[in-house]
Amino acid sequence: MSSVHIRDVRKSFGGFEILHGVTIPIEDGAFVVLVGPSGCGKSTLLRMLAGLENITSGTISIGDRVVNNIQPKERDIAMVFQNYALYPHMTVADNMGFSLKLRGANASDVKKGVARAAEILDLTPLLDRYPRQLSGGQRQRVAMGRAIVRDPQVFLFDEPLSNLDAKLRVAMRTEIKELHQRLKTTTVYVTHDQIEAMTMADKIVVMHDGIVEQIGSPLELYDRPENQFVASFIGSPAMNFLKGKVKVNGSASFEAPNGVKLPLATAPANSDGRPALYGVRPEHFTIADDGAEAEIVVVEPTGSETQLFAKLGGEQVVAVFRERHQFKPGDKVRLKPNPSVVHLFDEATGKRL
Amino acid sequence: MTTLQTSVPVRQASVDTPSLWSRLKVNRNFVALWFMLPAGAFLILFLAYPLGLGIWMSFTDERIGRAGIFVGLENYEWLWDDSIFWLSVFNTILYTVVASTIKFAIGLYLALLLNRNLPFKALIRSIVLIPFIVPTVLSAIAFWWIYDAQFSIISWSLMKLGLIEHNIDFLGETNMARGSVIFANIWRGVPFVAITLLAGLQTVSPSLYEAATLDGASNWQRFRYITYPLLTPIIAVVMTFSVLFTFTDFQLIWALTRGGPVNATHLMATLSYQRGIISGRLGEGAAIATAMIPFLLAAIGISWFGMQRRKWQQGSSND
Repeated sequence: MSSVHIRDVRKSFGGFEILHGVTIPIEDGAFVVLVGPSGCGKSTLLRMLAGLENITSGTISIGDRVVNNIQPKERDIAMVFQNYALYPHMTVADNMGFSLKLRGANASDVKKGVARAAEILDLTPLLDRYPRQLSGGQRQRVAMGRAIVRDPQVFLFDEPLSNLDAKLRVAMRTEIKELHQRLKTTTVYVTHDQIEAMTMADKIVVMHDGIVEQIGSPLELYDRPENQFVASFIGSPAMNFLKGKVKVNGSASFEAPNGVKLPLATAPANSDGRPALYGVRPEHFTIADDGAEAEIVVVEPTGSETQLFAKLGGEQVVAVFRERHQFKPGDKVRLKPNPSVVHLFDEATGKRL
Repeated sequence: MTTLQTSVPVRQASVDTPSLWSRLKVNRNFVALWFMLPAGAFLILFLAYPLGLGIWMSFTDERIGRAGIFVGLENYEWLWDDSIFWLSVFNTILYTVVASTIKFAIGLYLALLLNRNLPFKALIRSIVLIPFIVPTVLSAIAFWWIYDAQFSIISWSLMKLGLIEHNIDFLGETNMARGSVIFANIWRGVPFVAITLLAGLQTVSPSLYEAATLDGASNWQRFRYITYPLLTPIIAVVMTFSVLFTFTDFQLIWALTRGGPVNATHLMATLSYQRGIISGRLGEGAAIATAMIPFLLAAIGISWFGMQRRKWQQGSSND
């Protein structure tokens, strides 16, 4: 186990810079998830950490060692690939034992190491199979087994669950998290799925267009997003944003277009009349007589909750209710955001106010 | 939802079964037979018939312009005692083994090289294919000039460089001639091996190499444990073809040496042509050609049973 420090790392392909100075501290034993839309540079960063891509500038260190110029095999890391990258011509046991074999371990040590990892992952009955003969979930576990066998300082996961069906993905999510709790190996996990990030991470790094937007625990990101991007990326259904102006006369409020008034608990100093974005999560709407009038467009019940798409001051918003209201499209409903948990963002920069 | 209970009368099995023809008309296998017929006819007419005729001819004493009579194994008995025939067998095996081995080595090396990210990759790849595209006889004539006893460009260059004093007699001396034709064959055959193996290399997922790199494999170990085993099915196919082409080679030898000097480069194919067509003894020529069949079957058998059947390629059976 080891801590990992990524300091002001940049990456260019040709003359095109895709990582613009990324700094991420990762504590020993942490489970860190890099999350962001595709093309944000998260996979590239992971591959730089693994040594599969050069580092254009900045430093990456594992433990106390700067690894910029250290060969991948010397970095003492193990990676699980999106397509698993299992060697098709080797049995499960050979796949898992390959790294030990290359290190020159003798046959009985290889066998012992493989048996231990197989035990952890319930792979013992499959050791003689070839990858072709395994299901998607089993292959996924073999890929993890291959990583565990090496007993590395750091585990790297590159979108490991995206090739699995929805049900298996949820199951494997739990399995990986449980594995981390058991082994306590520092883990860096890349995904584009914010639910995966929220459920698994000790610490989430939200990336966008080659920069780090915010680093924090899942609930920090959820409760206090630093900017509009993080606010919209974390949470499902996504946060609603309404354009308008902050009004302060005695008490603070927010004026959306078409004269819609929305409540604010407090307003930043000297912000009267300031154009801003009013962010409210779907689950923070309640139905109240003093709420803003909205027209129901679509109702989507999921069983545990009901999602309501409605027009509020000309903008479409989503609200989620755990109670079972009788909504019908076309009906008018009065929606009231909970003022203590709404967010205000600068209209131009998207920064939190 | 309510279910309506209705009693539908059970339909009686049709008493009058449809005629054989109307059943055949909708039978998939019968229709398939008709679709296969043109191809089948083609194969029978142009492959099976000549092959059968050749084998039959080898049991007769047919000559050009005169129908033969069945003579049993007489042609083969003659060949058994014919030292030139045995020399041609030796030449053919030498030619095939040496040329195929070197073609494989160079072809694999080129394929590995071309699989990297080179500048002008597409251009280099098409240049590599040139020897394969040029008609054999054309390249043979080019080699004929290159190997010429008086005007050879190799001799000329080496003499200008002061490395040798006399022209090299490439095609006039036994081992020199064998080496020269083998070289020409290699030159022609390498592109086929290289391009086919390159196609095979490109099917290997790059992430396997990345995984192996992280597992600690050196360049050589990546080749030894990843590339080579994953490539064996394609190597088996390409080498089978390469061996078959080389073993039955005719054009290059005929254009360069016609089997000379003193039969030193006669292959079974050229000897068969010389005996059967030039000398007109069709029966004997056919016997030489037929004698190639066991060798070819053996080559196919080795690749088929030795290399192609790999457990990891098979489906998801629980074995």
